Amino acid sequence: MKIVVCIKQVPNTNEVKLDPVTGTLIREGVPSILNPDDKAGLEAALQLKDKYGAKVTVLSMGPMQADAVLREALAMGADDAYLVSGREFGGADTLATSTTIAAAVKKLDFDLVITGRQAIDGDTAQVGPQISEHLGIPNVSYAENIEIEDGCVVVKRQYEDRHHIIKAKMPCLVTALGEMNTPRYMTPGGIFDAYREKEVTVWGRAELSELPDEALGLKGSPTRVAKSFPKSLKPAGVKEQFDDADEAANYIVAKLKEKFVI
Amino acid sequence: MSFQDYKGIFVFAQQVDGKLNSVSFELIGKAKELAADLDTTVTALLLGSGVENLCDELAAYGADKVILIDDPALKDYTTEPYAQAVTAAINKFKPEIVMYGATAIGRDLAPRISARVKTGLTADCTKLEIDHETKQFQMTRPAFGGNIMATIICPEHRPAMSTVRPGVMQKREPVANAKAIVEKFDPKLEKNDKFVEILEIIKNVSTAKDIMDAKILVSGGRGVGSKENFKILEDLADAIGGTVACSRAAVDAGWTEKDMQVGQTGKTVRPHVYFAIGISGAIQHLAGMEESDIIIAINKDETAPIFDVADYGIVGDLNKIVPALTEKLKALKA
Repeated sequence: MKIVVCIKQVPNTNEVKLDPVTGTLIREGVPSILNPDDKAGLEAALQLKDKYGAKVTVLSMGPMQADAVLREALAMGADDAYLVSGREFGGADTLATSTTIAAAVKKLDFDLVITGRQAIDGDTAQVGPQISEHLGIPNVSYAENIEIEDGCVVVKRQYEDRHHIIKAKMPCLVTALGEMNTPRYMTPGGIFDAYREKEVTVWGRAELSELPDEALGLKGSPTRVAKSFPKSLKPAGVKEQFDDADEAANYIVAKLKEKFVI
Repeated sequence: MSFQDYKGIFVFAQQVDGKLNSVSFELIGKAKELAADLDTTVTALLLGSGVENLCDELAAYGADKVILIDDPALKDYTTEPYAQAVTAAINKFKPEIVMYGATAIGRDLAPRISARVKTGLTADCTKLEIDHETKQFQMTRPAFGGNIMATIICPEHRPAMSTVRPGVMQKREPVANAKAIVEKFDPKLEKNDKFVEILEIIKNVSTAKDIMDAKILVSGGRGVGSKENFKILEDLADAIGGTVACSRAAVDAGWTEKDMQVGQTGKTVRPHVYFAIGISGAIQHLAGMEESDIIIAINKDETAPIFDVADYGIVGDLNKIVPALTEKLKALKA
Protein backbone atom coordinates (compact mmCIF):
# COMPACT_ATOMS: atom_id res chain seq x y z
CA MET A 1 0.00 0.00 0.00
CA LYS A 2 1.21 3.47 -0.82
CA ILE A 3 0.20 6.40 1.35
CA VAL A 4 0.85 10.06 0.58
CA VAL A 5 0.55 12.41 3.56
CA CYS A 6 0.20 16.12 2.80
CA ILE A 7 1.75 18.31 5.48
CA LYS A 8 2.18 22.04 6.04
CA GLN A 9 4.63 24.14 7.98
CA VAL A 10 2.73 26.75 9.98
CA PRO A 11 3.55 29.48 12.46
CA ASN A 12 2.53 28.42 15.95
CA THR A 13 -0.49 30.70 16.17
CA ASN A 14 -0.76 30.09 19.92
CA GLU A 15 2.43 32.11 20.26
CA VAL A 16 1.46 34.93 17.95
CA LYS A 17 1.28 38.23 19.83
CA LEU A 18 -0.25 41.50 18.78
CA ASP A 19 1.65 44.76 18.92
CA PRO A 20 -0.26 46.64 21.61
CA VAL A 21 0.33 49.98 19.87
CA THR A 22 -0.26 49.22 16.19
CA GLY A 23 -2.51 46.20 16.65
CA THR A 24 -0.56 44.31 13.99
CA LEU A 25 0.84 40.79 14.24
CA ILE A 26 4.32 40.37 15.59
CA ARG A 27 5.68 37.63 13.33
CA GLU A 28 9.29 37.73 14.42
CA GLY A 29 10.31 35.01 16.81
CA VAL A 30 7.15 32.97 16.25
CA PRO A 31 8.29 29.34 15.90
CA SER A 32 7.28 27.31 12.85
CA ILE A 33 5.82 23.88 13.50
CA LEU A 34 4.39 20.90 11.66
CA ASN A 35 0.64 21.61 11.57
CA PRO A 36 -1.00 19.55 14.37
CA ASP A 37 -3.79 17.92 12.30
CA ASP A 38 -1.20 16.99 9.63
CA LYS A 39 1.05 15.47 12.27
CA ALA A 40 -1.85 13.32 13.47
CA GLY A 41 -2.46 12.32 9.84
CA LEU A 42 1.20 11.32 9.50
CA GLU A 43 1.00 9.29 12.71
CA ALA A 44 -2.12 7.54 11.36
CA ALA A 45 -0.20 6.68 8.17
CA LEU A 46 2.76 5.36 10.18
CA GLN A 47 0.40 3.22 12.27
CA LEU A 48 -1.08 1.77 9.07
CA LYS A 49 2.48 1.11 7.91
CA ASP A 50 3.25 -0.71 11.19
CA LYS A 51 0.09 -2.76 10.94
CA TYR A 52 -0.29 -3.59 7.27
CA GLY A 53 3.03 -2.56 5.71
CA ALA A 54 3.04 0.55 3.54
CA LYS A 55 5.28 3.09 1.92
CA VAL A 56 4.66 6.51 3.44
CA THR A 57 5.51 9.55 1.33
CA VAL A 58 5.23 13.06 2.75
CA LEU A 59 4.50 16.01 0.51
CA SER A 60 4.50 19.70 1.29
CA MET A 61 4.12 22.92 -0.64
CA GLY A 62 5.77 26.08 0.59
CA PRO A 63 9.05 27.97 0.80
CA MET A 64 12.37 26.10 1.08
CA GLN A 65 12.22 26.42 4.89
CA ALA A 66 9.41 23.84 4.83
CA ASP A 67 12.27 21.35 4.41
CA ALA A 68 12.34 21.31 8.23
CA VAL A 69 8.88 19.74 8.66
CA LEU A 70 9.59 17.20 5.91
CA ARG A 71 12.81 16.18 7.72
CA GLU A 72 10.79 15.93 10.94
CA ALA A 73 8.35 13.61 9.16
CA LEU A 74 11.23 11.51 7.82
CA ALA A 75 12.66 11.30 11.34
CA MET A 76 9.28 10.06 12.60
CA GLY A 77 9.40 7.26 10.03
CA ALA A 78 8.19 8.50 6.63
CA ASP A 79 9.99 6.80 3.73
CA ASP A 80 10.44 9.69 1.36
CA ALA A 81 9.68 13.38 1.08
CA TYR A 82 8.77 15.90 -1.63
CA LEU A 83 8.64 19.67 -1.44
CA VAL A 84 6.78 21.69 -4.07
CA SER A 85 8.39 25.09 -4.06
CA GLY A 86 8.73 28.04 -6.40
CA ARG A 87 7.63 31.61 -6.66
CA GLU A 88 5.13 30.68 -9.40
CA PHE A 89 3.14 28.88 -6.72
CA GLY A 90 3.15 31.79 -4.28
CA GLY A 91 0.09 33.85 -3.33
CA ALA A 92 -2.19 30.87 -3.94
CA ASP A 93 -5.61 30.60 -2.31
CA THR A 94 -7.04 27.20 -1.41
CA LEU A 95 -8.15 26.41 -4.98
CA ALA A 96 -4.76 27.14 -6.57
CA THR A 97 -2.98 25.40 -3.68
CA SER A 98 -5.08 22.26 -4.01
CA THR A 99 -4.66 22.25 -7.82
CA THR A 100 -0.87 22.35 -7.40
CA ILE A 101 -0.72 19.73 -4.66
CA ALA A 102 -3.09 17.42 -6.58
CA ALA A 103 -0.80 17.62 -9.62
CA ALA A 104 2.15 16.62 -7.43
CA VAL A 105 0.18 13.75 -5.83
CA LYS A 106 -0.71 12.49 -9.33
CA LYS A 107 2.98 12.11 -10.11
CA LEU A 108 3.37 9.87 -7.06
CA ASP A 109 1.92 6.41 -6.80
CA PHE A 110 -0.86 6.27 -4.18
CA ASP A 111 -3.67 4.20 -2.75
CA LEU A 112 -4.49 6.56 0.08
CA VAL A 113 -3.93 10.29 0.58
CA ILE A 114 -4.09 11.67 4.11
CA THR A 115 -4.25 15.39 4.93
CA GLY A 116 -4.93 17.17 8.19
CA ARG A 117 -8.44 18.53 8.58
CA GLN A 118 -7.18 22.12 8.65
CA ALA A 119 -4.06 24.21 9.22
CA ILE A 120 -3.90 26.45 12.27
CA ASP A 121 -2.85 29.55 10.30
CA GLY A 122 -5.72 29.54 7.79
CA ASP A 123 -8.28 27.28 9.50
CA THR A 124 -10.12 26.81 6.19
CA ALA A 125 -10.33 22.97 6.04
CA GLN A 126 -10.68 23.36 2.26
CA VAL A 127 -7.49 22.02 0.74
CA GLY A 128 -8.05 18.33 1.64
CA PRO A 129 -11.52 17.99 0.05
CA GLN A 130 -10.38 20.12 -2.91
CA ILE A 131 -7.38 17.85 -3.59
CA SER A 132 -9.69 14.83 -3.67
CA GLU A 133 -11.96 16.61 -6.15
CA HIS A 134 -9.01 17.34 -8.49
CA LEU A 135 -7.90 13.71 -8.18
CA GLY A 136 -11.43 12.43 -8.83
CA ILE A 137 -11.43 10.27 -5.70
CA PRO A 138 -13.74 10.12 -2.68
CA ASN A 139 -12.89 12.01 0.50
CA VAL A 140 -13.81 11.21 4.07
CA SER A 141 -13.36 14.19 6.38
CA TYR A 142 -12.70 14.39 10.14
CA ALA A 143 -11.25 10.92 10.73
CA GLU A 144 -10.75 9.62 14.25
CA ASN A 145 -9.71 6.14 13.15
CA ILE A 146 -8.66 4.54 9.86
CA GLU A 147 -8.71 0.79 9.12
CA ILE A 148 -8.03 -1.03 5.87
CA GLU A 149 -10.35 -3.80 4.62
CA ASP A 150 -9.91 -5.43 1.20
CA GLY A 151 -9.18 -2.46 -0.99
CA CYS A 152 -11.28 -0.07 1.09
CA VAL A 153 -10.75 2.26 4.02
CA VAL A 154 -13.13 2.05 6.94
CA VAL A 155 -13.08 5.39 8.71
CA LYS A 156 -14.68 6.41 11.97
CA ARG A 157 -15.36 10.07 11.55
CA GLN A 158 -16.62 12.72 13.93
CA TYR A 159 -19.67 14.50 12.69
CA GLU A 160 -21.41 17.15 14.77
CA ASP A 161 -23.55 15.21 17.28
CA ARG A 162 -22.61 11.80 15.90
CA HIS A 163 -20.00 9.52 14.41
CA HIS A 164 -20.21 7.84 11.02
CA ILE A 165 -18.45 4.63 10.15
CA ILE A 166 -17.72 5.12 6.45
CA LYS A 167 -16.42 2.64 3.92
CA ALA A 168 -14.74 4.12 0.85
CA LYS A 169 -13.02 2.44 -2.05
CA MET A 170 -9.34 3.19 -2.49
CA PRO A 171 -7.81 5.28 -3.88
CA CYS A 172 -9.34 7.87 -1.61
CA LEU A 173 -8.47 10.82 0.60
CA VAL A 174 -9.00 11.06 4.34
CA THR A 175 -8.67 14.23 6.45
CA ALA A 176 -7.41 13.65 9.97
CA LEU A 177 -8.44 15.25 13.25
CA GLY A 178 -5.64 16.29 15.61
CA GLU A 179 -7.40 14.39 18.40
CA MET A 180 -7.16 11.05 16.60
CA ASN A 181 -3.84 10.01 18.13
CA THR A 182 -0.69 11.12 19.92
CA PRO A 183 2.07 11.42 17.31
CA ARG A 184 5.27 9.50 18.03
CA TYR A 185 8.53 11.25 18.77
CA MET A 186 11.39 11.38 16.33
CA THR A 187 14.04 8.80 17.22
CA PRO A 188 17.75 9.74 17.38
CA GLY A 189 18.42 7.23 14.59
CA GLY A 190 15.51 8.65 12.65
CA ILE A 191 16.84 12.19 12.97
CA PHE A 192 20.29 11.03 11.82
CA ASP A 193 18.77 9.28 8.79
CA ALA A 194 16.51 12.20 7.99
CA TYR A 195 19.45 14.53 7.60
CA ARG A 196 22.23 12.16 6.46
CA GLU A 197 20.63 9.31 4.56
CA LYS A 198 17.35 10.54 3.18
CA GLU A 199 16.60 13.23 0.63
CA VAL A 200 13.90 15.83 0.29
CA THR A 201 13.12 15.99 -3.43
CA VAL A 202 12.25 19.51 -4.51
CA TRP A 203 9.80 19.95 -7.36
CA GLY A 204 9.50 23.33 -9.05
CA ARG A 205 7.50 24.70 -11.96
CA ALA A 206 9.42 22.49 -14.44
CA GLU A 207 8.39 19.29 -12.67
CA LEU A 208 4.72 20.34 -12.73
CA SER A 209 4.82 21.53 -16.34
CA GLU A 210 1.44 19.94 -17.13
CA LEU A 211 -0.28 22.68 -15.11
CA PRO A 212 -1.16 25.83 -17.06
CA ASP A 213 0.11 29.16 -15.72
CA GLU A 214 -3.44 30.35 -15.13
CA ALA A 215 -4.01 27.58 -12.61
CA LEU A 216 -1.15 28.62 -10.35
CA GLY A 217 -0.41 31.10 -7.62
CA LEU A 218 -2.22 34.40 -7.58
CA LYS A 219 -3.49 33.93 -11.18
CA GLY A 220 -5.12 30.63 -10.28
CA SER A 221 -6.81 32.05 -7.19
CA PRO A 222 -10.44 33.15 -7.51
CA THR A 223 -10.30 34.86 -4.11
CA ARG A 224 -8.32 37.93 -3.11
CA VAL A 225 -7.57 39.39 0.29
CA ALA A 226 -9.07 42.88 0.00
CA LYS A 227 -7.75 43.94 3.39
CA SER A 228 -6.68 42.57 6.73
CA PHE A 229 -6.93 44.37 10.02
CA PRO A 230 -6.56 43.74 13.72
CA LYS A 231 -9.58 42.38 15.43
CA SER A 232 -11.36 45.17 17.24
CA LEU A 233 -12.60 44.07 20.59
CA LYS A 234 -15.30 45.89 22.40
CA PRO A 235 -13.96 48.36 24.96
CA ALA A 236 -13.27 47.10 28.45
CA GLY A 237 -15.88 47.80 31.09
CA VAL A 238 -15.22 48.23 34.76
CA LYS A 239 -12.90 46.10 36.84
CA GLU A 240 -13.17 45.83 40.61
CA GLN A 241 -11.01 44.03 43.11
CA PHE A 242 -12.77 42.18 45.93
CA ASP A 243 -11.22 40.52 48.97
CA ASP A 244 -14.58 39.67 50.46
CA ALA A 245 -16.65 37.11 48.55
CA ASP A 246 -19.97 38.45 49.86
CA GLU A 247 -19.19 41.93 48.65
CA ALA A 248 -18.28 40.55 45.24
CA ALA A 249 -21.51 38.54 45.10
CA ASN A 250 -23.56 41.59 46.14
CA TYR A 251 -21.88 43.62 43.42
CA ILE A 252 -22.74 41.03 40.75
CA VAL A 253 -26.34 40.73 41.99
CA ALA A 254 -26.69 44.53 41.84
CA LYS A 255 -25.41 44.60 38.25
CA LEU A 256 -27.72 41.75 37.21
CA LYS A 257 -30.66 43.68 38.69
CA GLU A 258 -29.56 46.87 36.97
CA LYS A 259 -29.63 45.02 33.64
CA PHE A 260 -32.97 43.32 34.44
CA VAL A 261 -31.42 39.85 34.25
CA ILE A 262 -32.95 39.00 37.61
CA MET B 1 -21.00 32.61 -20.05
CA SER B 2 -21.12 36.11 -18.78
CA PHE B 3 -20.58 37.17 -15.29
CA GLN B 4 -23.74 39.30 -15.16
CA ASP B 5 -25.90 36.29 -15.96
CA TYR B 6 -25.40 35.03 -12.41
CA LYS B 7 -28.23 36.32 -10.21
CA GLY B 8 -29.67 35.72 -6.79
CA ILE B 9 -28.45 34.37 -3.48
CA PHE B 10 -28.57 30.66 -2.67
CA VAL B 11 -28.52 29.37 0.87
CA PHE B 12 -27.70 25.72 1.43
CA ALA B 13 -30.43 24.66 3.87
CA GLN B 14 -28.84 21.99 6.01
CA GLN B 15 -31.11 19.33 7.44
CA VAL B 16 -30.17 16.22 9.37
CA ASP B 17 -32.79 13.56 10.22
CA GLY B 18 -35.49 15.82 8.76
CA LYS B 19 -34.67 18.72 11.07
CA LEU B 20 -33.31 22.00 9.72
CA ASN B 21 -30.16 23.32 11.35
CA SER B 22 -30.54 26.73 12.98
CA VAL B 23 -27.63 28.08 10.91
CA SER B 24 -29.83 27.72 7.80
CA PHE B 25 -32.24 30.30 9.24
CA GLU B 26 -29.35 32.56 10.27
CA LEU B 27 -28.02 32.44 6.70
CA ILE B 28 -31.43 33.24 5.23
CA GLY B 29 -31.66 36.22 7.62
CA LYS B 30 -28.31 37.56 6.45
CA ALA B 31 -29.01 36.73 2.81
CA LYS B 32 -32.18 38.86 2.93
CA GLU B 33 -30.10 41.90 3.91
CA LEU B 34 -27.57 41.23 1.17
CA ALA B 35 -30.36 40.61 -1.35
CA ALA B 36 -31.87 44.00 -0.53
CA ASP B 37 -28.52 45.64 -1.36
CA LEU B 38 -28.26 43.69 -4.61
CA ASP B 39 -31.95 44.04 -5.47
CA THR B 40 -32.34 40.30 -5.81
CA THR B 41 -33.94 37.30 -4.10
CA VAL B 42 -33.01 34.56 -1.63
CA THR B 43 -33.43 30.92 -2.59
CA ALA B 44 -33.03 28.08 -0.12
CA LEU B 45 -31.55 24.92 -1.57
CA LEU B 46 -33.01 21.96 0.31
CA LEU B 47 -31.56 18.49 -0.18
CA GLY B 48 -32.72 15.26 1.43
CA SER B 49 -35.10 12.36 1.15
CA GLY B 50 -38.73 12.98 2.07
CA VAL B 51 -38.09 16.52 3.28
CA GLU B 52 -40.72 18.48 1.33
CA ASN B 53 -42.47 19.29 4.63
CA LEU B 54 -39.54 21.55 5.59
CA CYS B 55 -40.07 24.02 2.73
CA ASP B 56 -42.62 26.19 4.54
CA GLU B 57 -40.32 26.57 7.53
CA LEU B 58 -37.65 28.00 5.22
CA ALA B 59 -40.23 30.43 3.83
CA ALA B 60 -41.21 31.42 7.37
CA TYR B 61 -37.63 32.55 8.02
CA GLY B 62 -37.52 34.57 4.82
CA ALA B 63 -36.66 32.37 1.83
CA ASP B 64 -38.33 33.82 -1.27
CA LYS B 65 -38.19 30.45 -2.96
CA VAL B 66 -37.13 26.89 -2.19
CA ILE B 67 -35.42 24.59 -4.65
CA LEU B 68 -36.16 21.07 -3.47
CA ILE B 69 -33.91 18.18 -4.43
CA ASP B 70 -35.50 15.08 -2.99
CA ASP B 71 -33.70 11.81 -3.68
CA PRO B 72 -33.15 8.60 -1.65
CA ALA B 73 -29.37 8.99 -2.21
CA LEU B 74 -29.54 12.22 -0.19
CA LYS B 75 -31.10 10.69 2.91
CA ASP B 76 -27.96 10.80 5.08
CA TYR B 77 -25.22 13.25 4.16
CA THR B 78 -22.31 11.91 2.16
CA THR B 79 -20.07 14.12 0.08
CA GLU B 80 -20.46 12.97 -3.52
CA PRO B 81 -24.24 12.85 -4.07
CA TYR B 82 -24.64 16.17 -2.22
CA ALA B 83 -21.81 17.71 -4.28
CA GLN B 84 -23.39 16.45 -7.51
CA ALA B 85 -26.80 17.83 -6.54
CA VAL B 86 -25.60 21.29 -5.50
CA THR B 87 -23.29 21.56 -8.53
CA ALA B 88 -26.17 20.67 -10.85
CA ALA B 89 -28.32 23.35 -9.20
CA ILE B 90 -25.55 25.95 -9.51
CA ASN B 91 -25.07 25.12 -13.19
CA LYS B 92 -28.79 25.27 -13.90
CA PHE B 93 -29.85 28.32 -11.85
CA LYS B 94 -26.58 30.31 -11.86
CA PRO B 95 -26.71 32.11 -8.52
CA GLU B 96 -24.39 35.04 -7.87
CA ILE B 97 -23.71 34.01 -4.26
CA VAL B 98 -23.93 30.66 -2.46
CA MET B 99 -23.76 30.46 1.34
CA TYR B 100 -23.30 27.37 3.52
CA GLY B 101 -23.16 26.99 7.30
CA ALA B 102 -19.61 26.39 8.53
CA THR B 103 -20.77 23.12 10.06
CA ALA B 104 -19.09 19.73 9.66
CA ILE B 105 -21.31 19.19 6.61
CA GLY B 106 -20.82 22.66 5.10
CA ARG B 107 -17.06 22.60 5.57
CA ASP B 108 -16.84 19.21 3.83
CA LEU B 109 -19.28 19.95 1.02
CA ALA B 110 -18.44 23.53 0.01
CA PRO B 111 -14.74 22.97 -0.83
CA ARG B 112 -15.60 19.96 -2.96
CA ILE B 113 -18.09 22.10 -4.91
CA SER B 114 -15.70 25.04 -5.23
CA ALA B 115 -13.13 22.73 -6.84
CA ARG B 116 -15.79 21.24 -9.14
CA VAL B 117 -17.26 24.58 -10.23
CA LYS B 118 -13.79 26.21 -10.12
CA THR B 119 -14.81 29.19 -8.06
CA GLY B 120 -13.71 30.90 -4.86
CA LEU B 121 -14.74 29.86 -1.38
CA THR B 122 -14.17 31.82 1.82
CA ALA B 123 -14.27 29.78 5.01
CA ASP B 124 -15.86 30.52 8.37
CA CYS B 125 -17.03 34.06 7.68
CA THR B 126 -18.19 36.17 10.59
CA LYS B 127 -19.25 39.22 8.57
CA LEU B 128 -20.78 39.52 5.11
CA GLU B 129 -21.62 42.74 3.33
CA ILE B 130 -22.13 44.30 -0.08
CA ASP B 131 -19.99 47.30 -0.93
CA HIS B 132 -22.51 49.98 -1.83
CA GLU B 133 -20.44 51.48 -4.63
CA THR B 134 -18.92 48.47 -6.35
CA LYS B 135 -21.65 45.96 -5.36
CA GLN B 136 -18.73 43.70 -4.45
CA PHE B 137 -19.53 40.87 -2.02
CA GLN B 138 -17.16 41.24 0.94
CA MET B 139 -16.54 38.25 3.18
CA THR B 140 -14.72 38.81 6.45
CA ARG B 141 -13.20 36.01 8.49
CA PRO B 142 -10.76 35.53 11.35
CA ALA B 143 -7.28 34.30 10.39
CA PHE B 144 -4.12 33.36 12.24
CA GLY B 145 -6.00 31.64 15.01
CA GLY B 146 -8.36 34.60 15.38
CA ASN B 147 -5.55 37.12 15.80
CA ILE B 148 -6.45 39.16 12.72
CA MET B 149 -9.46 39.62 10.46
CA ALA B 150 -9.26 39.37 6.67
CA THR B 151 -11.82 40.63 4.16
CA ILE B 152 -11.94 38.40 1.09
CA ILE B 153 -13.48 39.11 -2.30
CA CYS B 154 -14.11 36.89 -5.30
CA PRO B 155 -13.87 39.42 -8.15
CA GLU B 156 -13.91 37.33 -11.33
CA HIS B 157 -15.61 34.03 -10.58
CA ARG B 158 -19.24 33.14 -9.96
CA PRO B 159 -20.85 32.13 -7.81
CA ALA B 160 -18.93 33.70 -4.93
CA MET B 161 -19.21 31.17 -2.13
CA SER B 162 -18.73 31.29 1.62
CA THR B 163 -19.21 29.17 4.69
CA VAL B 164 -20.51 31.13 7.67
CA ARG B 165 -19.94 30.42 11.34
CA PRO B 166 -23.07 29.23 13.14
CA GLY B 167 -24.32 31.59 15.84
CA VAL B 168 -22.93 34.76 14.27
CA MET B 169 -25.73 35.96 11.98
CA GLN B 170 -29.18 36.82 13.31
CA LYS B 171 -32.21 34.91 12.12
CA ARG B 172 -35.50 36.73 11.52
CA GLU B 173 -38.65 36.25 13.51
CA PRO B 174 -40.50 33.47 11.67
CA VAL B 175 -43.68 34.47 9.87
CA ALA B 176 -46.68 32.38 10.90
CA ASN B 177 -48.36 30.21 8.26
CA ALA B 178 -45.84 31.08 5.56
CA LYS B 179 -46.19 29.09 2.34
CA ALA B 180 -43.08 28.40 0.31
CA ILE B 181 -42.79 28.77 -3.43
CA VAL B 182 -41.24 25.41 -4.23
CA GLU B 183 -39.45 24.33 -7.38
CA LYS B 184 -38.57 20.66 -7.54
CA PHE B 185 -35.32 19.94 -9.31
CA ASP B 186 -33.88 16.64 -10.46
CA PRO B 187 -30.07 16.82 -10.55
CA LYS B 188 -29.84 13.41 -12.29
CA LEU B 189 -27.46 11.90 -9.76
CA GLU B 190 -25.01 9.39 -11.18
CA LYS B 191 -23.51 6.72 -8.98
CA ASN B 192 -19.71 6.45 -9.30
CA ASP B 193 -16.61 5.33 -7.39
CA LYS B 194 -16.74 8.49 -5.28
CA PHE B 195 -19.88 7.27 -3.52
CA VAL B 196 -19.07 5.95 -0.07
CA GLU B 197 -21.05 3.62 2.13
CA ILE B 198 -22.23 4.54 5.62
CA LEU B 199 -21.80 1.34 7.62
CA GLU B 200 -23.03 2.78 10.89
CA ILE B 201 -24.28 6.00 12.46
CA ILE B 202 -23.47 6.38 16.15
CA LYS B 203 -25.22 9.28 17.85
CA ASN B 204 -23.32 10.75 20.76
CA VAL B 205 -25.17 10.39 24.01
CA SER B 206 -25.06 13.84 25.50
CA THR B 207 -27.20 15.17 28.26
CA ALA B 208 -25.73 18.65 27.91
CA LYS B 209 -28.06 21.37 26.67
CA ASP B 210 -26.90 23.12 23.53
CA ILE B 211 -24.85 26.10 24.66
CA MET B 212 -25.72 27.95 21.45
CA ASP B 213 -29.36 28.20 22.50
CA ALA B 214 -28.73 29.36 26.07
CA LYS B 215 -29.64 32.88 27.21
CA ILE B 216 -27.25 32.69 30.16
CA LEU B 217 -23.96 30.82 30.04
CA VAL B 218 -21.83 30.01 33.07
CA SER B 219 -18.48 29.22 31.51
CA GLY B 220 -15.40 27.87 33.25
CA GLY B 221 -11.75 27.58 32.32
CA ARG B 222 -8.43 26.41 33.67
CA GLY B 223 -8.88 28.47 36.83
CA VAL B 224 -11.76 26.24 37.94
CA GLY B 225 -9.03 23.76 38.80
CA SER B 226 -10.73 20.36 38.59
CA LYS B 227 -13.60 18.38 37.13
CA GLU B 228 -15.19 18.19 40.58
CA ASN B 229 -15.04 21.95 41.03
CA PHE B 230 -17.27 22.47 37.97
CA LYS B 231 -20.03 21.58 40.46
CA ILE B 232 -19.97 25.17 41.76
CA LEU B 233 -20.59 26.39 38.20
CA GLU B 234 -23.47 23.93 37.79
CA ASP B 235 -24.98 25.20 41.03
CA LEU B 236 -24.72 28.79 39.84
CA ALA B 237 -26.24 27.83 36.47
CA ASP B 238 -29.14 26.12 38.25
CA ALA B 239 -29.72 29.15 40.48
CA ILE B 240 -29.80 31.63 37.60
CA GLY B 241 -31.38 29.44 34.93
CA GLY B 242 -28.27 29.15 32.82
CA THR B 243 -26.21 26.48 31.10
CA VAL B 244 -22.61 25.48 31.84
CA ALA B 245 -20.02 26.04 29.09
CA CYS B 246 -16.23 26.03 29.11
CA SER B 247 -13.01 27.10 27.47
CA ARG B 248 -10.67 24.86 25.52
CA ALA B 249 -8.35 24.50 28.52
CA ALA B 250 -11.11 22.75 30.48
CA VAL B 251 -11.77 20.33 27.60
CA ASP B 252 -8.06 19.63 27.14
CA ALA B 253 -7.76 18.93 30.88
CA GLY B 254 -10.54 16.35 30.54
CA TRP B 255 -12.90 18.19 32.91
CA THR B 256 -15.64 18.95 30.38
CA GLU B 257 -17.09 17.74 27.09
CA LYS B 258 -16.03 19.14 23.73
CA ASP B 259 -19.61 20.15 22.82
CA MET B 260 -19.58 22.61 25.74
CA GLN B 261 -16.54 24.46 24.37
CA VAL B 262 -16.77 28.12 23.38
CA GLY B 263 -14.23 29.65 21.00
CA GLN B 264 -12.43 29.47 17.69
CA THR B 265 -12.26 25.66 17.73
CA GLY B 266 -15.52 25.34 19.66
CA LYS B 267 -18.84 27.11 19.31
CA THR B 268 -19.68 30.77 18.77
CA VAL B 269 -22.21 31.96 21.32
CA ARG B 270 -24.02 35.25 21.90
CA PRO B 271 -26.05 34.80 25.07
CA HIS B 272 -27.61 37.63 27.02
CA VAL B 273 -25.22 37.03 29.93
CA TYR B 274 -21.85 35.29 29.78
CA PHE B 275 -20.07 34.45 33.01
CA ALA B 276 -16.37 33.84 32.34
CA ILE B 277 -15.13 32.09 35.45
CA GLY B 278 -11.45 31.25 35.77
CA ILE B 279 -11.03 31.91 32.04
CA SER B 280 -7.94 33.93 31.14
CA GLY B 281 -9.41 34.98 27.77
CA ALA B 282 -7.11 33.78 24.99
CA ILE B 283 -7.96 35.45 21.68
CA GLN B 284 -9.34 32.11 20.46
CA HIS B 285 -11.81 32.08 23.34
CA LEU B 286 -12.81 35.73 22.91
CA ALA B 287 -13.58 35.02 19.24
CA GLY B 288 -16.39 32.74 20.38
CA MET B 289 -18.09 34.91 22.99
CA GLU B 290 -17.28 38.60 22.61
CA GLU B 291 -20.69 39.29 21.02
CA SER B 292 -22.44 38.36 24.26
CA ASP B 293 -24.63 41.22 25.57
CA ILE B 294 -23.22 41.27 29.09
CA ILE B 295 -19.90 39.69 30.02
CA ILE B 296 -19.10 39.13 33.69
CA ALA B 297 -15.59 37.86 34.39
CA ILE B 298 -14.31 36.44 37.66
CA ASN B 299 -10.58 35.82 37.79
CA LYS B 300 -7.87 36.12 40.41
CA ASP B 301 -5.34 37.43 37.87
CA GLU B 302 -6.07 41.10 37.36
CA THR B 303 -3.97 41.15 34.15
CA ALA B 304 -6.05 38.40 32.49
CA PRO B 305 -7.10 39.51 28.96
CA ILE B 306 -10.71 38.51 29.69
CA PHE B 307 -10.99 41.81 31.60
CA ASP B 308 -10.37 43.65 28.32
CA VAL B 309 -13.78 42.54 27.03
CA ALA B 310 -15.71 42.11 30.28
CA ASP B 311 -18.45 44.62 31.09
CA TYR B 312 -17.99 43.74 34.76
CA GLY B 313 -14.64 42.38 35.86
CA ILE B 314 -14.33 40.92 39.31
CA VAL B 315 -10.79 40.32 40.53
CA GLY B 316 -11.03 37.74 43.27
CA ASP B 317 -11.23 34.09 44.30
CA LEU B 318 -13.82 32.24 42.23
CA ASN B 319 -13.95 29.40 44.79
CA LYS B 320 -15.48 31.81 47.30
CA ILE B 321 -17.31 34.27 45.04
CA VAL B 322 -19.20 31.74 42.91
CA PRO B 323 -20.81 29.86 45.84
CA ALA B 324 -21.59 33.18 47.57
CA LEU B 325 -23.31 34.43 44.41
CA THR B 326 -25.28 31.18 44.10
CA GLU B 327 -26.52 31.53 47.69
CA LYS B 328 -27.63 35.13 47.15
CA LEU B 329 -29.50 34.23 43.96
CA LYS B 330 -31.22 31.34 45.73
CA ALA B 331 -32.17 33.64 48.62
CA LEU B 332 -33.67 36.14 46.16
CA LYS B 333 -35.81 33.46 44.56
CA ALA B 334 -36.97 31.99 47.86
